[in-house]
Amino acid sequence: MSTADETATAVLTPPAAAPDYAPRPVTSWLRMFRAELRLVFRRKRNLILLAVTAVFPLIIGIALRLAAPHSQGGGGNGPGATFFNQLAGNGVFLSFIALTTLLILVLPVVLAVVAGDSIAGEAGYGTLRYLLAVPAGRTRLLAVKYATIVVFGLCATVIVSAVALAVGAALFPVGPVTLLSGATVPLAEGLLRVLFVTLYVAAAMAALGAIGLAISTLTEHAIGAIAAIAILVVTSEVVDQVPQLAAIGPYLPTHWWLSFDAILRMPVDTSTLLKGLLSFAVYIVLSGSFAWARFTSADVTS
Amino acid sequence: MTAISSRGLTKRFRGGQLAVDHIDLAVPAGSVYGFLGPNGSGKTTTIRMLLGLAFPTSGQAELLGVPMPDGATRVLHRVGSLVEGPAFYPFLSGQDNLARYDAADRTADPRTAQARIGDALDRVGLLSAARKRYRHYSLGMKQRLAIAASLLRPRELIILDEPTNGLDPQGTREVRALVRQIAADGTTVFVSSHLLAEVEQVCTHVGVMRTGRLVFQGSLPELRRTGAARVVVQTADPDGAVKVFAGLGLAEPQAGTDEASAALGDAEPEHVCAELVQAGVGVRGFAVASPSLEDLFVGLTGEGFDVDG
Repeated sequence: MSTADETATAVLTPPAAAPDYAPRPVTSWLRMFRAELRLVFRRKRNLILLAVTAVFPLIIGIALRLAAPHSQGGGGNGPGATFFNQLAGNGVFLSFIALTTLLILVLPVVLAVVAGDSIAGEAGYGTLRYLLAVPAGRTRLLAVKYATIVVFGLCATVIVSAVALAVGAALFPVGPVTLLSGATVPLAEGLLRVLFVTLYVAAAMAALGAIGLAISTLTEHAIGAIAAIAILVVTSEVVDQVPQLAAIGPYLPTHWWLSFDAILRMPVDTSTLLKGLLSFAVYIVLSGSFAWARFTSADVTS
Repeated sequence: MTAISSRGLTKRFRGGQLAVDHIDLAVPAGSVYGFLGPNGSGKTTTIRMLLGLAFPTSGQAELLGVPMPDGATRVLHRVGSLVEGPAFYPFLSGQDNLARYDAADRTADPRTAQARIGDALDRVGLLSAARKRYRHYSLGMKQRLAIAASLLRPRELIILDEPTNGLDPQGTREVRALVRQIAADGTTVFVSSHLLAEVEQVCTHVGVMRTGRLVFQGSLPELRRTGAARVVVQTADPDGAVKVFAGLGLAEPQAGTDEASAALGDAEPEHVCAELVQAGVGVRGFAVASPSLEDLFVGLTGEGFDVDG
C-alpha cells in the first residue's frame, strides 16, 4: 500500500497536453457523416434491403411484359392504372409504376428500418453512451443521423427508378413520352421528368425519415421503432382512403406521396407539387424539432 | 487542482427513487480514486451525470474544472471513459469500432487516427485481434477494447466503471496492471468497483457510496485512521486485564479465555502495557490491532453487503 501512497504524492501534475489539433467544424462533421454512411451502407442487413428494393422493379417489369398483350383495361383508376396503360407504349413508364407500387409499403418499410434503428439501435447496443462520451455532441449526432437517413432514402428511391428504367428499356419500346395530359415530349425531357419524380419521392422519404428519427429517440428497442413507423404509414394510408375522413386527408403524412403525377402533366401542376413539398417540409420541421427537444434533454440510460 | 468535483449532486429518478443524494466529490488530480459501494448504491448514476449522459436533479459537477453537463463538448475529449461495460457494434471489427468512435470526435486529428487506433489496441494487447469482429471477442477482450477506446487520445482523466466486472482473476490482474500504467503516466484514474479488494492495491484515494450517499471520502491512510484500534493482550489473567482497562477508562473491554481486549481510544499503548505490568497481570503478548480495510469498508457500506469477518 505504501507504494500506492507514494504514487499519489509523486504524480500530482496532469500529463503534458498533446499538441492540440485545431478542430474544423465542417471537416469534422463530414468525417463523422462519412463514418455514419459507412456504418449504414456496409451493414449487410441494409444492403439486403436495397437489393430487395432493386429486385421489385425487375419482377414488376417481367410480370407486366408477360401480361402485356392483355394489359389494356387493367383494373382500377388513378395514376397507377394510367401508367399501366402507357407502359405498353413506353418503357419509361415502368419507373412510375415501380415507384407507385413500392411507395405503398416497400420503400417506407426499407426507410423505417434505417430511421427506426438510427437512435434506438445505438441505444440498444449501448454505443449511444459512448458516442456521447466521445463527445459526439447530441445535436451534431442527431444531424448526422438524419442526413444519413435522407441519403439512404434517396439511394433507395434512385435504385427503384434506375432499375425500373433499365428493365423498362430492355423489355419495352422506348421513345418520346406521352404525358398524362396527352402532350408528347421528347425522351430526354421525359427522363428529366423521371428525375424530378424520383427527387419528389426522395423528399417524401426524407419527411418519413424525420418522423422515424423522432420515434427512434423514444425507445431503446430498434425493432419497436421500426414497427411503429410502419404502422404509422399503413394507418395514414388507410385513414386517407376513408371518404368520411377526407377533411383531415391533406394533413396525413402519406397523403401527398403519390402526387408526383403532377410532374407528368403539361403544364406541370405546380400547386399540387408545392402543397406536397410544403407538407414534407412541415413534417421535417415538426418531427426534427421534436427529436431534437427529446434527444437533447433525455437521460441516456441504456 | 481537482479532476472531478461536485457539490450537492443529486439524481432523483422519475419514479421518485433517490439514486444519488447530495454527494460532494473531490478527486485530486493525479490520484487513482476508487469509487466504491455495493451494486445499486448510485455509482453508475453518478458517473452518468459526470459524463453528461444523465442530467442531475440538483447540484453541480465539474470535470477538469469545466461544469457538466453544459461543458460536455468542451471537456469530454480530455476524458476517457468506460461506463457500465463495453458497447460496440458486433458486426464491425475491433479496429473499425475504434475508428467509428474516433470519427465522432471533432477534436481528433483524422491524419493520426490509424496510428492512434493501433497504439490503443497495442496497449491493451489486442493488436492481433484488430481485424476480428467484435462479435467473436471474449468477455476479457471486449473489456480491453473498451479500455482501448478510452485511450484513443492522450487523456487527463480516465473514468472506469466496474472495469473488472465479469472478468476472471487473470483478466482482473490485466486490468489492474493497465490502470497502474495509465496512472503512472500522470493521468487521473477514477475507477468504480463493488469490491474494495479489486482496487485497494492500485488506489490512492477512495470514496465510499451507500444508498446514494457518499459516506466516506479521502486517502487510504485516512480511511485506515477511521478504524478504531483495539489493544489485545494475551494473558493467563484476562479478568485482571479487563479491570486494568476499566481503570484506564478504555471502552468495550472484553475478556476471552486467555486474552483480553479493549478499544484503544486516545490511550498510549505503552502506558496501557506499563499499567498491566504494574497491576501484576502477566503479559504474554501485547498488540494493537487495526481493522482491515475490508472491515472498514463493510462497516461503511453496511448491511446488504454481507462479508464474513
